[in-house]
Amino acid sequence: MTLAETQPQALEFECETGNYHTFCPISCVAWLYQKIEDSFFLVIGTKTCGYFLQNAMGVMIFAEPRYAMAELEEGDISAQLNDYEELKRLCTQIKRDRNPSVIVWIGTCTTEIIKTDLEGLAPRLEAEIGIPIVVARANGLDYAFTQGEDTVLAAMAHRCPDKAPVAETEKEERNAISRLINFGRKKEDVAADESEYVKHPPLVLFGSLPDPVVTQLTMELKRQGIKVSGWLPAKRFTELPVLEEGYYVSGINPFLSRTATTLMRRRKCKLIGAPFPIGPDGTRAWIEKICSVFGIEPQGLDEREAQIWAGLEDYVKLIRGKSVFFMGDNLLEISLARFLVRCGMTVPEIGIPYMDKRYQAAELALLEKTCAEMGVPLPRIMEKPDNYNQLQRIYELKPDLVITGMAHANPLEARGINTKWSVEFTFAQIHGFTNARDVLELVTRPLRRNNSLKDLGWDKLVREEAKL
Amino acid sequence: MKLAYWMYAGPAHIGTLRIASSFKNVHAIMHAPLGDDYFNVMRSMLERERNFTPVTTSVVDRNVLARGSQEKVVDNITRKDAEEHPDLIVLTPTCTSSILQEDLQNFVERAQIESKGDVMLADVNHYRFNELQAADRTLNQIAQFYIEKARKRGELPTAKTEKPSVNIIGTSTMGFHNQHDCTELKRLMADLGIEVNVVIPEGSTVYDIQKMPRAWFNLVPYRELGLPLAEYLQEQFGTPFVDITPMGVVETARCIRKIQQILNEQGAAVNYEEFINEQTLHVSQAAWFSRSIDCQNLTGKKAVVFGDNTHAAAMTKILAREMGIHVVLAGTYCKYDADWFREQVSEYCDEVLISEDNGEIGDAIARLEPSAIFGTQMERHVGKRLDIPCGVIAAPIHIQNFPIGYKPFMGYEGTNQITDLIYNSFTLGMEDHLLEIFGGHDTKEGITKGISADSDLAWSKDGLAELNKIPGFVRGKVKRNTEKFARERQIEQITAEVLYAAKEAVGA
Repeated sequence: MTLAETQPQALEFECETGNYHTFCPISCVAWLYQKIEDSFFLVIGTKTCGYFLQNAMGVMIFAEPRYAMAELEEGDISAQLNDYEELKRLCTQIKRDRNPSVIVWIGTCTTEIIKTDLEGLAPRLEAEIGIPIVVARANGLDYAFTQGEDTVLAAMAHRCPDKAPVAETEKEERNAISRLINFGRKKEDVAADESEYVKHPPLVLFGSLPDPVVTQLTMELKRQGIKVSGWLPAKRFTELPVLEEGYYVSGINPFLSRTATTLMRRRKCKLIGAPFPIGPDGTRAWIEKICSVFGIEPQGLDEREAQIWAGLEDYVKLIRGKSVFFMGDNLLEISLARFLVRCGMTVPEIGIPYMDKRYQAAELALLEKTCAEMGVPLPRIMEKPDNYNQLQRIYELKPDLVITGMAHANPLEARGINTKWSVEFTFAQIHGFTNARDVLELVTRPLRRNNSLKDLGWDKLVREEAKL
Repeated sequence: MKLAYWMYAGPAHIGTLRIASSFKNVHAIMHAPLGDDYFNVMRSMLERERNFTPVTTSVVDRNVLARGSQEKVVDNITRKDAEEHPDLIVLTPTCTSSILQEDLQNFVERAQIESKGDVMLADVNHYRFNELQAADRTLNQIAQFYIEKARKRGELPTAKTEKPSVNIIGTSTMGFHNQHDCTELKRLMADLGIEVNVVIPEGSTVYDIQKMPRAWFNLVPYRELGLPLAEYLQEQFGTPFVDITPMGVVETARCIRKIQQILNEQGAAVNYEEFINEQTLHVSQAAWFSRSIDCQNLTGKKAVVFGDNTHAAAMTKILAREMGIHVVLAGTYCKYDADWFREQVSEYCDEVLISEDNGEIGDAIARLEPSAIFGTQMERHVGKRLDIPCGVIAAPIHIQNFPIGYKPFMGYEGTNQITDLIYNSFTLGMEDHLLEIFGGHDTKEGITKGISADSDLAWSKDGLAELNKIPGFVRGKVKRNTEKFARERQIEQITAEVLYAAKEAVGA
């Protein structure tokens, strides 16, 4: 095995199968209902689920709500009530009050345990009340935090039309992105625009991003002559992208492995496995990979990347040579770690709730390459970490920054360890060249804050406890 | 199934965990799927807690379901016992894991064999009880366990304290202004010459429980937490209790007089009348406020009150009796204790509403059009939509209920805080009214804030469309930065591309 021997030291994967904390995957409702404007999300679960959405996710129903709980009561659990009739009653009420284009049923741990056949019930009810019902099992038995989005998008992938519409009017209706880019222009101009694109098979991107980021990434590919035919999810359920056999697809988030599998196996699409467009290095690698698949020579990427890095320098110099420890929360860890290594940081440990080595293969390879190029040790990748053990390692390693879930942030800060909430990277705009600075804005904030407070001597705010 | 948008009280396990993590050196193990452990987040974030929340989740996933969870749960209990040496480990399932129908009592017994500390299963039905009821049960369960344990060992005290003393029951973590109430009650007891024997559960250890029988009486300030325990202690040791919430000038005085009666029955000779008089007339500003001209202007104004039993009942009495405000509706979400609430408030309000449905309360507020609301965060929101000011008086808790400054609701300082809350709620309403009369002093807000209205730069339609997607509170800044960027580069038309190029350049 000479090949293996000549390769640099490989990434180490471990699995602690420990007791760790992340948010429940039903949290995806909080951003997906905003993204898909004509949707209604119905979480079928218990008081525990409802109280989570209300408290951890903040304002559950402030303003016009487009998500609600179908709260399971004792009668539902003991199967004294008929699931179909109960769900019909609730969905009929939702139709009457809100009239959404789609109702997304979010299955939870409880529906898994009592084995509610949501997939079986949905088609019947859909036919009866005349609203599409999409079923996603975003339960904590199988998934962590951001993977909730994966379950929803995988379910929605089945609902994408499988034929490009012929009529011109309908086409405009469907393609929200091109309509946005061509906003207010005459048809001749649009036709002229078509010439800006290289001829290539249709490309659909998947992953939920805020609209401005969708525009930015679409424009970034347009510079290379690549046309994005659609996004899953689209702004409206009625505008889901067409997926024909042989279409190319590419994911923009590292937690969408199930959606990727569904698109390949069920919709016969071709997956472009690339590093994720997070950080200038990742964005460049992502564009390059897509270009290479379409046989396009990327134009001006070097300059573009260099220009972005130049704009980041004031932040990069704050973190160069410092270390960052990821406790693991949202599955964005590998991409963020890779970007931060490129910024000159070292990463002793990357905790991650779930590691799909195939879907993240290109990202893992880029992480390895980046570490080699930057001359820093490879991080240890810890799947399903044990938070208690991690804290012991943190005390020992004394990293300059810990990216952690909300439950550990204040206690670590009180012990003189800088933290940043991992959840902020889930909600902030971090994708593409344009937003690279926003990632560093978050990463450097604790360090900048401490620079302003450094002369006060308030490092540790807990008493040394006498050990019993 | 119930279509639910909002919950006034959390699920049962939250109540259990509030009690367990209020005690010192008690650890809780949650037997639950990933994500059910948001209690740790709530406590750490809302209370701004410096220490790690002593709650560990024994994660239930697909593998655990297939294999059975006994081994994992037992391992996690014994592991925590060895790691942190807690006096007690409380095991609790959540709504989800409780339907697995496992013999958790058996898990606990197994774990007890290998643990140095005590191990206990919180005995609560997760589908019948809510957070408040579960907290009450868990507190009672833990207290009884340690009283019994001490009795078996012959360690129960036989005598009362020398001087009059009190146990304060019901202060817990993540309670509505509980910490400040507790400080105020301790001050009040000190003023009355009463020693505080034990405060439970917040800040005490489980071994403090066996000292409880030494107290002359128990004080239960919150209706929701501690009453069954006080009844148990009365039955076991004959310790009387006072369950009058000392909120508002009148009720605080009533509470103190009851304490006086109880102490004197046990042979003390105390007279608190002068203290009450001095506090009421000269120390607390609340009674004076009631007589002031400010309060006169509130006479007959309509208010709606909604909250938990303790706070809603107390606020109703304060508004009606001490301020002359017309309470058109008083309501509670404590359905399980509705009779008590009705009995307390009926004579002070027009209408009583017992409901857990926020829509019903919202509709009632819209129908009654009060001048002010005193409710929970939910009613505050309803008030915003209807343009009615709202003072928040009860849980569900919110980061705003953990102010850095001292803001008790109980005792004489509490009367001041409540007066401020009431007056400020109404004045905001009055201010709006005056602004309407005089046409206001704010100029209408434009699309962007800026001194010069026109700019020499043209925005393309797509540029403008992108600009409008940017949240309003930073839009002005982004617009200015982009225009500056465009001007420096002699770009005449700002497109979406220019907008983002500017962002990359300046990090706007």
